[in-house]
Amino acid sequence: MKHIIQAQVENKFGVLARVASLFSARGYNIESLAVGETQDPTISSMTIVVNAPDERILEQIKKQLNKLVDVITVTDFTKKEYVSRDLILAKVSCDDGCAQDLARFVDSYPARVVEKAKSYWLLEICVDSHCEAELLTALKKIGIKELVRTGRIAMAK
Amino acid sequence: MKGSKIIIESLVKEGVDAVFGYPGGQVIPLFDALYDAPFKFYLPRHEQAAAHAADGYARATGKVGVCIATSGPGATNLTTGIATAYMDSIPMVAITGQVKSNLIGNDAFQEADILGVTRSVSKHNYLVKDVKDLARTIKEAFYLARSGRPGPVVVDIPSDIQLADTEFSYPDEINLRSYNPTYYGHAGQIKRALHLIYKAKRPVIMAGGGAISSNCHKELLKFAKALGAPVTSTLLGLGIFPANEKLSLGMPGMHGTVYANMAITECDLLISVGARFDDRVTGKIAAFAPEAKVIHIDIDPTSISKSVHADVPIVGDCKNVLNQLLEELNTKKAGDVAAWQNHILDLKKKHPLRYSKKSKAIKPQFVIEEFCRQSKGEAIVVTEVGQHQMWAAQYFKCDHPRHFLSSGGLGTMGFGFPAAIGAKVACPDKEVIDISGDGSFQMNVQELATIKQYGINVKVIILNNGFLGMVRQWQELFWNKRYSSTPLTNPDFVKLAQAYGIKGMRVQKESEVKKAVKDILAYNGPLVADFVIEKEENVFPMVPAGEAINRMITEGLA
Repeated sequence: MKHIIQAQVENKFGVLARVASLFSARGYNIESLAVGETQDPTISSMTIVVNAPDERILEQIKKQLNKLVDVITVTDFTKKEYVSRDLILAKVSCDDGCAQDLARFVDSYPARVVEKAKSYWLLEICVDSHCEAELLTALKKIGIKELVRTGRIAMAK
Repeated sequence: MKGSKIIIESLVKEGVDAVFGYPGGQVIPLFDALYDAPFKFYLPRHEQAAAHAADGYARATGKVGVCIATSGPGATNLTTGIATAYMDSIPMVAITGQVKSNLIGNDAFQEADILGVTRSVSKHNYLVKDVKDLARTIKEAFYLARSGRPGPVVVDIPSDIQLADTEFSYPDEINLRSYNPTYYGHAGQIKRALHLIYKAKRPVIMAGGGAISSNCHKELLKFAKALGAPVTSTLLGLGIFPANEKLSLGMPGMHGTVYANMAITECDLLISVGARFDDRVTGKIAAFAPEAKVIHIDIDPTSISKSVHADVPIVGDCKNVLNQLLEELNTKKAGDVAAWQNHILDLKKKHPLRYSKKSKAIKPQFVIEEFCRQSKGEAIVVTEVGQHQMWAAQYFKCDHPRHFLSSGGLGTMGFGFPAAIGAKVACPDKEVIDISGDGSFQMNVQELATIKQYGINVKVIILNNGFLGMVRQWQELFWNKRYSSTPLTNPDFVKLAQAYGIKGMRVQKESEVKKAVKDILAYNGPLVADFVIEKEENVFPMVPAGEAINRMITEGLA
């Protein structure tokens, strides 16, 4: 099961490496990891999406994160009310056959056209966890040429 | 003040009285300052030994051990010692030189990313990038090393920082918002634990390394007596509960006593005091303490419910938590454990540790029994890793904490001899014996030069069977006696000792053992004794890997 965990950490060099090596040393796979400064420049926030097969492993991950000296707090969003977002940049086909689908896609999802080139449209799409699967299927149907994502960030309500 | 001098002054502020280290290119400024340092400095012959010596010093005293090495190979040589200390939660500060700040990341001569290398085998590590941060960083390193669950902390200091100047001011206090260990048990959890204790009819206490580091031997004895519960001590916990106590169960697990393993299997309440349920203790998890509720006291939340589910977890320092439990304990409410105690005494009588005394060759167990008897169990025993380590754990009846020092978690061969040096430096009035095997001893044999140079009175006892005995035992029992790379061609250990200017002696007959042990203990100086023992003696009892702990092999016992 996927879990979103957020760690507030000291904004110092090497902290990302500590978190990453904790996961790799214990064989936990990170699905996504997004890091950025918070309103306090001495604190960074790391939002980590992990796939933990059972509760015990999830508990271990949280405790191990907390044990790192540079980690200030660890929050598990699994059982909380939260909003989460993931930004996708995608180049998609803009052949004649796709035009209608593309227009419909931009209307139905939180997507914006950043650039209309000859051979592709560059879209900026803001994904929440509810529409993710459906959105990606629709996007695939149109034809993805290139896609990158920021990884999920989250905030408790 | 120069950075190098700041390091010395900081160590002095921390009350350091002995440091183990090896010079090299990037620590020449630091060694220049060490030349005038007010504490003792010991030069081992390999950086690994510096780390193990600092570790042995820390295990024997509870104080932070300190070691120093240069950048690159010096620092990487420390890592086995750092990892050893990390696995056993030993407080240590390792100071490493680093190439000049402007060369870091340049693949400079003798450069290694020691922060990267030690990240997963240390409690924390630092690279000092500004001389103004130096004193505070050292203060933090000592604070982290000794507080919470202790562990090794690495401070990597580029040579230009050692030469840079700044004003020296040592902080009085450290406050880290991201690091706040829990020292006292949660009141609700104490109540829940007592509730289980009152209901228990067959309680067992299991004490580990965490009990040693919290120095709770008095509280533990009081607690065990109040409950009438038998106590088993893990390898790291040996000595926390006197082995001579009637209800002492000795060591549990793979080479534990039959009665410890039976007691754990049959108990209805297991109270773990600073033990982390290592796989060598639990064997097959599903069959470990199957009838028991588990109370787990540990300062490190990650140790709790990691492998064995804790019904009542109590995060806190063992000593504090035991005191909290003792304060609220109403012995009148406790269940009647008389039948259980009788059963335990019966198990102890029926299944004692034993070995065949038929053969003419020297039995290693007998040698250890003799050392225990003749030193009245008062010596500090340090071990290497392998069969001799398990025989020492079984047959040296340890009554005091910090008197049995062994690499449990990492299982580092070559640990014992340098760790014994550290222990002797820390406790010069104590007899310090390194119980060794012919394999392990050769992993840090160069330290004979160190004990000669400083006149460190350590007795090295080699239980020499000409094999890497523990692996040979597995090969015999589980690999069809295919002795792949386990037979050893050894040097003449007596001549080897003599070459270093140290007394060497050999014991070959059972009949000579008692006298030899007497002579060794009476000899005032460092010594190497080569006991030529039964070649294919096995460590029993033994729980095969992954098997339930009550399914012990005791074969071969006549």
